[in-house]
Amino acid sequence: MSDLLNTLPPDPIYDRREKIRAITAKTLRRRTRLSQLFVGAISTTLVIALVPLVLVLYTIVQRGGSDLTLAFVTKLPQVPTIGQQNAIGGIGNAIVGTLIVAAMAAAMAIPLSLILGLYLVEMNTRLARIFRGGVEILSGIPSILLGVFAYIFIVIPQHHFSAFAASVALALLMTPVITKAVETAIRGVPDAVTEAGLALGARRSVVARRVVLPAARPGIITGTLLALARAMGETAPLLLIIGATDSSTWDLNPFHSMSALPTLTYFYSNSSFPSQHRAAWGVALVLVVLVLILNVTSRLISARLSRRAQA
Amino acid sequence: MNDSLDAAIQDGAVVGEFVTDPLLQLRKVNVSFSGRVAVRDVSFDVAPNKITALIGPSGSGKTTILRSLNRLHDLTKGAKVEGDLLLGGVDIYKGGIATMLLRSRIGMVFQRPNPFPTLSIYDNVVSGLRFNGIRKKSLLDEAAESALISAALWDSVSSRMKAHASTLSGGEQQRLCIARALAVEPEILLMDEPTSSLDPVSTQRIEELMTELKNRVTMIIVTHNMQQAARVSDNCAFLLMAEDRAGELIEFAPTSKIFHDPSDPRTVDYVNGRFG
Repeated sequence: MSDLLNTLPPDPIYDRREKIRAITAKTLRRRTRLSQLFVGAISTTLVIALVPLVLVLYTIVQRGGSDLTLAFVTKLPQVPTIGQQNAIGGIGNAIVGTLIVAAMAAAMAIPLSLILGLYLVEMNTRLARIFRGGVEILSGIPSILLGVFAYIFIVIPQHHFSAFAASVALALLMTPVITKAVETAIRGVPDAVTEAGLALGARRSVVARRVVLPAARPGIITGTLLALARAMGETAPLLLIIGATDSSTWDLNPFHSMSALPTLTYFYSNSSFPSQHRAAWGVALVLVVLVLILNVTSRLISARLSRRAQA
Repeated sequence: MNDSLDAAIQDGAVVGEFVTDPLLQLRKVNVSFSGRVAVRDVSFDVAPNKITALIGPSGSGKTTILRSLNRLHDLTKGAKVEGDLLLGGVDIYKGGIATMLLRSRIGMVFQRPNPFPTLSIYDNVVSGLRFNGIRKKSLLDEAAESALISAALWDSVSSRMKAHASTLSGGEQQRLCIARALAVEPEILLMDEPTSSLDPVSTQRIEELMTELKNRVTMIIVTHNMQQAARVSDNCAFLLMAEDRAGELIEFAPTSKIFHDPSDPRTVDYVNGRFG
């Protein structure tokens, strides 16, 4: 039998298989090298991107870490005097101010963005296209101009600076970001799911509310928290409208001026007292920690929600 | 289990006229995802130039086994494949075969036709060869023609090789995917429910195709369609999900035995449509 096999003409398929195997094996080393090279290049880029982040965090922790005491985060600021140059008190009111402004901004931006995002996905009308263009333009407007807007339309009519005006500016800043996140998350929900709801006789609004929005929740929550984190650190519009550069009271009325972490960092770093210069690092550190908490929370929530969605 | 295999070898059904070494051997294969066992202690042999069908209800681990054969689980975080999977006597996980080379020897066709959307018909067919570093035009052309002829697609596409793959019908797209897998000249072709998204006419063409391809490649097919398994396969592995949701091999035997004289009462129930 083996003689018979040897005398048969070579099968073109097996012949070609041999040829392909040979080339494949020969080029394997080159392909593997190339692959390693790319992985190396990507890793290097990652490291380069991480260097500034690590340096900034290191500097802030190194210079501001010692300020991070209970008194610093809970007490009111104390204006240094000639006799007591090192007494700076705390920044409790700035932390609370930042949280209040962010919460008010979120309360305005989130409902608006949810409705807007849903509208952009569900309605393919001319109006929707105009809105989409508007949202895109809004996301491109420099934040200082949003501050100017709030100054002209809220601060001037009311005749005083206010946390409310600041939150309006921040809400305008957040709206396009959250809208985009909502739109992307909703588009990620398969059409088949929407159709299944409609096929049961549900109204479009009911399907959107009961089926589509819950399915898109992980993406929506992540996008919202990231937008909030971004807005909390925003300085430019606040400089124009929140006032209270040296507020040292617990005035929590949202229609009064208020202290906030980013603006406080700015004013402390421009201060003529060395103690306030140093404290600016501490303020920055508190702000970074707050933003970090939001970032990590958003990741945890989205990881948990998407895990639950899979199970 | 081993008894039935031995019996099969004895009556010649496993390998046909004369006994050849099995091409692929699975010995106590376990697959788990993040600690959850999906496939437990599966052992069977795949005879060369035969069609081996994996049948069983959903969740019995058919696709999981199939995907472990060309190491697609490597891409899944937390996935772990244990046991011995021998290709020509060399373990495909522990034997030092480069994954890329392994995958060029064990091809795969998926449930839904998945031609590369931006590539032409020709570029789709030769893509596997190009990925493997083959540039020679004559070899590419020769392999493309041979693969398209084998996939019964040559007559309808030879005049429009530059057209986009998306211009083909669903059945044609699936045959294009078969041709794409064949062009690399694999020894084994894994098919994961290759006809489940196709109409009966396309299904029939692909079944005919599989029988014709036997002289060229060894096939392992996952199917929910028992008539299909009975029609095309030579050997059949019947799997079931155990109490703890892990897939287990109930019976492995020549297809005629599985469908007409199965040893295990659960196989009798399944092939007679009493559950699953």
